[in-house]
Amino acid sequence: MASIIDGIKYTKEHEWIRLEGDIATEGISDYAQSELSDIVMVEPPKVGTKVKAGDPIGTIEAVKAVSDLYACVSGEVIQVNEKVVKDPAIINKDPYNEGWILKIKIEKKSDYDNLLTPEQYKELIASH
Amino acid sequence: MAKNTPFYEMHVRNNAKIVEFAGFLMPIQFEGIIPEHEAVRTSVGVFDVSHMGEIEVRGEDRMKFANYLTTNDVTRLALNQIQYTTMLYPDAGIVDDFLVYNLKDRILLVVNASNADKDFAWIMENKRFKVSVSNRSDDIGELAIQGPKAQLVMQKLFNFNLDTLKFYWAAETEMAGFPVILSRTGYTGEDGFELYMDKKYAERSWELIFDAGREFNIKPIGLGARDTLRFEMRYCLYGNDIDRSTNPLEAGLGWIVKIDKGEFIGRDALVRIKESGIKKKLVGFEALGKGIPRPHLDIFKEDAKVGFVTSGTFSPSLKKGIGMGYLDVPFSEAGIKLKVAGKESFEVEVIKGPFYKHGSRK
Repeated sequence: MASIIDGIKYTKEHEWIRLEGDIATEGISDYAQSELSDIVMVEPPKVGTKVKAGDPIGTIEAVKAVSDLYACVSGEVIQVNEKVVKDPAIINKDPYNEGWILKIKIEKKSDYDNLLTPEQYKELIASH
Repeated sequence: MAKNTPFYEMHVRNNAKIVEFAGFLMPIQFEGIIPEHEAVRTSVGVFDVSHMGEIEVRGEDRMKFANYLTTNDVTRLALNQIQYTTMLYPDAGIVDDFLVYNLKDRILLVVNASNADKDFAWIMENKRFKVSVSNRSDDIGELAIQGPKAQLVMQKLFNFNLDTLKFYWAAETEMAGFPVILSRTGYTGEDGFELYMDKKYAERSWELIFDAGREFNIKPIGLGARDTLRFEMRYCLYGNDIDRSTNPLEAGLGWIVKIDKGEFIGRDALVRIKESGIKKKLVGFEALGKGIPRPHLDIFKEDAKVGFVTSGTFSPSLKKGIGMGYLDVPFSEAGIKLKVAGKESFEVEVIKGPFYKHGSRK
């Protein structure tokens, strides 16, 4: 059973977001990493890229599948996790902490408020 | 309604992720594709391949009939010898690719799971000479034990020296008192065996092999790693790299087409194709930088489309993207650099032979 943790929000595309001040940290959910299995390449956007909520901003390639990474919120990419770019398997091992992918300086907090709560995401997963 | 193999309970007990494949509930992975792949390359792993179909041909003309159905020369097989072959439609499109076992009282065809019913129907439709044909797929369990340590494991279970069982040879023998067919064959590029048993001995076989393999950290392996392992050897997969719209000459399987062996289905078409020359060719290529070739992506030389990807994956051994696909013949030579048009296009180089060249296969 995929783990869904509290204190963060989720998207229909199986990303998660943790908001601290106006900095949103984004990664993919435990469900997403388990469905993809064996992640071997991560291509996040470059630092400085302006992104819009819902836009595809990168790709995640697993041995047998490829998946888009979407921006959860609008804003500017201020950091990417070079560790997961070098060793993408970190995302499989620890999707919610060490496996974060990028940080976005958020433009408007309402983007975050509109995302799925852990309860709503749990329902979404159950319907799969 | 998907079928279970006789090892289904073992997969559940080993926490497999189960998917439906070719009408069977099969383990796609246990621990993960990459660790399973590495276990087979460095030690030993066990695959449930009971989804494969088994078709038996009996009767005095069985060799003549099998030779009429297939492209390789069955008459060259000694007792207990095995060959890889294709079975064609009259237009040389491929019905299936499979192994032919020349056993004491029968010829055994071990065919792709997804094609077993189609193959059986095709064989019955073309039946001639004095033979009887039966589809034994539902009665037989099959395991593949693969990896450089495979012989050390299996030797514990047999009382004859496995050094005497050479690559592509079989023995009809006993394991722990029940009848089995053991062959030195596989789909991984490593040394290894395939073992056939009546399904009532399936779970017992699994337990015996895992007990014998404990000291080598033997692991169950899912279909995910089966695909990456076969892919690194550039072995074809029916439905991806070959099908009824491709012929064995363009698929690089000319070495199992014996055009002068006498009449067989598809021969006339092959003669015509040989005369006019093939237009496209199945080749392997590897990514020069980032990028993983995925099925159906187009392949370009500058602005001209020159082919398409039939299958592709990340190679756990080489740590890069590898692919197979059909290319227009002028662009199919090893060393040619081409572009695969993904979301972002990336460069690949056509290579010769298998991607992975260090297998322990004998």
